[in-house]
Amino acid sequence: MTDSVTVPIQPQRLLWQEAVVEAITVETPSVKTFRLRPPQWPGFRAGQHVDVRLTAPDGYQAERSYSIASAPEEAGTLDLTIEELENGEVSPFFHEVVEVGDTIELRGPIGGHFIWEKSLGGPILLIAGGSGLVPLMSILRHRAAVAPDVPAVLVYSARRYDDMIWREELFRRAGTEPQFKLIATLTREAAAHEGIRHGRIDAALMEAALAALPAGEGPKLTYICGSTPFVETAATLALGAGLPFASVRTERYGGMGR
Amino acid sequence: MATRGFIGKRPADEIGNRLPPGQYLTEDFPVLSAGPTPHVPLEKWSFTIKDGVRPVATWNWDEFAKLPHVKLTRDIHCVTKWSKFNTAWSGVMIDDILAEAGIAAPSAFTLAHGSDGYTTNVPTADLIDGKAMVATAYEGKPITADHGGPARLLVPHLYFWKSAKWVTGLQFTQRDEAGFWELRGYHMYGDPWREQRFTGD
Repeated sequence: MTDSVTVPIQPQRLLWQEAVVEAITVETPSVKTFRLRPPQWPGFRAGQHVDVRLTAPDGYQAERSYSIASAPEEAGTLDLTIEELENGEVSPFFHEVVEVGDTIELRGPIGGHFIWEKSLGGPILLIAGGSGLVPLMSILRHRAAVAPDVPAVLVYSARRYDDMIWREELFRRAGTEPQFKLIATLTREAAAHEGIRHGRIDAALMEAALAALPAGEGPKLTYICGSTPFVETAATLALGAGLPFASVRTERYGGMGR
Repeated sequence: MATRGFIGKRPADEIGNRLPPGQYLTEDFPVLSAGPTPHVPLEKWSFTIKDGVRPVATWNWDEFAKLPHVKLTRDIHCVTKWSKFNTAWSGVMIDDILAEAGIAAPSAFTLAHGSDGYTTNVPTADLIDGKAMVATAYEGKPITADHGGPARLLVPHLYFWKSAKWVTGLQFTQRDEAGFWELRGYHMYGDPWREQRFTGD
């Protein structure tokens, strides 16, 4: 976890601001993307998140953190891609109540570790479980914009074909970006789709991911995001495959109460 | 200003009054850390007190196990918004560790170190006088590796990133040196009741 880069201390206080919902996109039956435009947005680094705060008429507030899905190149806006969780408090509100034109209070960007930018180099290995794809998608989009020559492999584990977020975009990128390789696997559905595997992430899948990198080049950095058990499994596999401890960065979704 | 259409699921008062601002109660015990889980064999574990760069005292696992252990049951609050009530730990109070080392805290600031290279800064005053411990058990069992076992710092009155997992030592420092997350925009002190999540809060 010791980084090779020096991260400057954030100089200023992160202020809450009212961001306008500019667009809402249905990604899958349980995932929507909310494009937000804050009045003063300093930009962000791929992989970062924001805090969102909702206020009830009596002053009660709920806060949650959500990763940014869009690339930093989309100036002035950020996309939050949110999975609706059963019995949640904030994610069902986003899915069932929020409309274009609403304002949502947020502050950010936040996080200085689970980030990637061109200066960090590559190759990069990205491993996503479910909605853990969100910050990795920001990294992939940013990489395509600023460093398409950096080799990248995405391992994406989803439940079913219809649960794959940005499915078309991922396959399009895999087809058009020579240095990007996609390894998708479905855990709850036998894959009847070309180019998609079946089963949970395991040592064979990790081996396939490493084999998809340019010959002789291991990943300089590995980013793993998903539920706690997924991240534990993937990180253990990554270390088992010989990747250096300090090269593996993780982000675990708490899983409860979102 | 109220968020249009938001009602929320406010907890009952007896829960809400125990929740710092922006936190929600979880019955789960989520895992948060910046990298893979290190697995530290007990025979390779040690805990060291340093005054600056100078080691003052070191214990191996067997020696540490002989120090006086006490139980501490506290609510804990993670900066990622979850709180968990009545978490039951046992371990060695920092007061007792210093007493065993035969020293009084030599400076006002402390940097906790983890075996994964993690660091976090805590004012010495927040570690002593019965406020903090090096915990070796959770709910009566050894702490699992994903929750920071075999030993983690427990500073329950501050956001939980201050309770360094896989703790291997405390280093007393002359000034308040930022640790891993504090260098990355998180608050130098981290009081959940004042919602000190980020720099400048």
